[in-house]
Amino acid sequence: MPTRTHGRRNVPNWLDFVIIGGKAVFIWGFALTLLPVLIWFERKGSAFIQDRAGPNRAAILGIRLAGFIHNIADVVKLLMKEMMIPPHVNRAYFMIAPVLGFTFILSAFAVIPWADTLRVAGRDITMQVADLNAGILFILAITSLNVYGIVLAGWSSNNKFALMGGLRSTAQMISYEIPLGLALVGIFMVYGSAQLNEIVRGQGELLFGFLPKWGLFVQPLGAILFIVAAFAETNRNPFDLPEGESEIVAGYHVEYSGMRFALFYMGEYVAIVLSSAMITTLFFGGWQVPYFPTERIVATADTWLKVMLSVGGVGALAFAALMLFWAKRMKDGGGFGDLRDKEGIILGVAHIAIGGAMLFFLWKTLSMGPMPEWGARTVAAVAQITSFALKTIFWCWVFIWVRWSLPRFRYDQLMRLGWKKMIPLSFVNIFLTGLVILWMGR
Amino acid sequence: MIGLHQYLYLSAILFFIGAFGVLFRRNLLVILMSIELMLNAVNLSFIAFSRYGTGTMDGHVAAFFVMALAAAEAGIGLAILVMLFRNRTTVQADDLTLMRD
Amino acid sequence: MHAVLFYILATLAVVGGLLMVSLKNPLSGAFALILSLCSLAALFAMLHAEFLFILQILVYAGAIMVLIIFTIMLLNLKKEELQEAPVGWIRLLLTATLCAVGAFGAIQVFGDVVPANVEMTTDFGNIESVGRVMLSDFVYPFEVISLILLVAVVGVVLLAKRII
Repeated sequence: MPTRTHGRRNVPNWLDFVIIGGKAVFIWGFALTLLPVLIWFERKGSAFIQDRAGPNRAAILGIRLAGFIHNIADVVKLLMKEMMIPPHVNRAYFMIAPVLGFTFILSAFAVIPWADTLRVAGRDITMQVADLNAGILFILAITSLNVYGIVLAGWSSNNKFALMGGLRSTAQMISYEIPLGLALVGIFMVYGSAQLNEIVRGQGELLFGFLPKWGLFVQPLGAILFIVAAFAETNRNPFDLPEGESEIVAGYHVEYSGMRFALFYMGEYVAIVLSSAMITTLFFGGWQVPYFPTERIVATADTWLKVMLSVGGVGALAFAALMLFWAKRMKDGGGFGDLRDKEGIILGVAHIAIGGAMLFFLWKTLSMGPMPEWGARTVAAVAQITSFALKTIFWCWVFIWVRWSLPRFRYDQLMRLGWKKMIPLSFVNIFLTGLVILWMGR
Repeated sequence: MIGLHQYLYLSAILFFIGAFGVLFRRNLLVILMSIELMLNAVNLSFIAFSRYGTGTMDGHVAAFFVMALAAAEAGIGLAILVMLFRNRTTVQADDLTLMRD
Repeated sequence: MHAVLFYILATLAVVGGLLMVSLKNPLSGAFALILSLCSLAALFAMLHAEFLFILQILVYAGAIMVLIIFTIMLLNLKKEELQEAPVGWIRLLLTATLCAVGAFGAIQVFGDVVPANVEMTTDFGNIESVGRVMLSDFVYPFEVISLILLVAVVGVVLLAKRII
């Protein structure tokens, strides 16, 4: 049941604005920091799936960081490339299309909750930038607005392939908005609210005594429909006919170069992060740590802090040992003569320092007294943020995994799937959910 | 101080801009879009009355119905326009004079 | 601060409307209309109508305008076909004055009959409140609207076919 109190609205003061600004910076920082990580996942992950080495050449003074430096190389290349505007395009629309595509997607992160409401210093700070009453519908609205970036890009390029790619992509996105929305109706019915924070809180209870009440378990068909529709919304394989390189010469962004193309590219990856965040929030428990609702973490915050510090410390030391072992093996193998030999040592020493600091803090907490209230709540928030981040990164990996495993849909197969198979299935889902809710008497 | 009157003036201005579009423009697409603008102005008026007049949600429900109807009407209007364009290759209202004597 | 925001959004809405009825290319007019619709959505949010703010963006700016833009792109009108006869300025000015007098008079008469401020609780404009009213007082229009939408969908598919 929704726990919103019915009261007067209060007028916000400057501290509220600062807090909202801080939250916006946090969630945008999370999304944009995941971007290079995702690009690295894409390259190294696809190489791993395809049984090859992946990018390992870009280097700073010899340090390779297993291909992570490639992101910096990419950024430099895209910044330095000439941002050519072909003479036959419609200039105003051409220049504004990538901006639209990127901005709308980034603003959809305003309603994603990343932890439970923090109660510090007499204030309730919701860990969401905007706790809208119809939170999920906001994400649907932004998904509808995303279409404009693509249709403008396709139209203004004045190019048959771009137009065809743009129109196909737009038709695909608006067709799959319908199963996306209908799959959510089951979630509304089960959790009784459209507020994302309430839905995540509702996923903390236990179902049949041993399963957490995740959206996946109460709405299996809805979860599958939502996940497939999310793949189609982000124009991601197996639904990436409109932008496939071998099919339609990169579709609607064929005339773009330089930083404008980078905006489209980044917009696609931010859409992946958004879709993963949505899937975890709605169906995988969001920020809930399984079997540990917030009150339980706060009550046992001492143990949590010790466990987190010890796991972090031991993990960092193990990684450091691995790095040092690798450095020793490289030295025994003859070495390369540049900074690459020292790479393992540098990373190893850094991780020894991190692990040592964590274990030092652990030792100090063993001698401290009981935790203050705000400390316990902060520990709970950190645990929940970690849970949310891990689940989102897992789903981002699934997006990348599916891209390199499945072939592409043909356009008519795609449309047939969306209209003739997924919409009837979502209606069946709503019907079954209603039956089950009536039967269980809730 | 923003009260009911300001919203009603804005709603009236938008409604009349839409009405001008319907009366004085010849392109059928612009006429359709002006109709949408008029419907939106009416929505604003409904919601302003719901906020400043009664405290009930009746205005919001009416605005919801207006939106649904506008969607249906825009769809059918555009389908008729596409059919018209196929038959006459024009979207100017001036060229549709078949029933004029 | 409330007033500043209102005037900025109102100006955006009116400018969007004016651009829409005056620009010759209907595609530019469509984008001006989207600007106007989004500022209207922000005005709905200022009026504490949270559900309708999201619905305005979802339905109007996200679906209806996409439909209109698709149709404009499908028709693909060349510049020569977009020429229209110019409007008589006197006719325009006369109509504008008449409408202004009529509208402001009507607002002065009818805008005074309403009571003053309404208490804003946190569930004003909620999705639950709107749903409760819609499915209790307005359930009959609700069902009729769904029928209308069904008829509209069937009609559009039938009208747009090339071979029936």
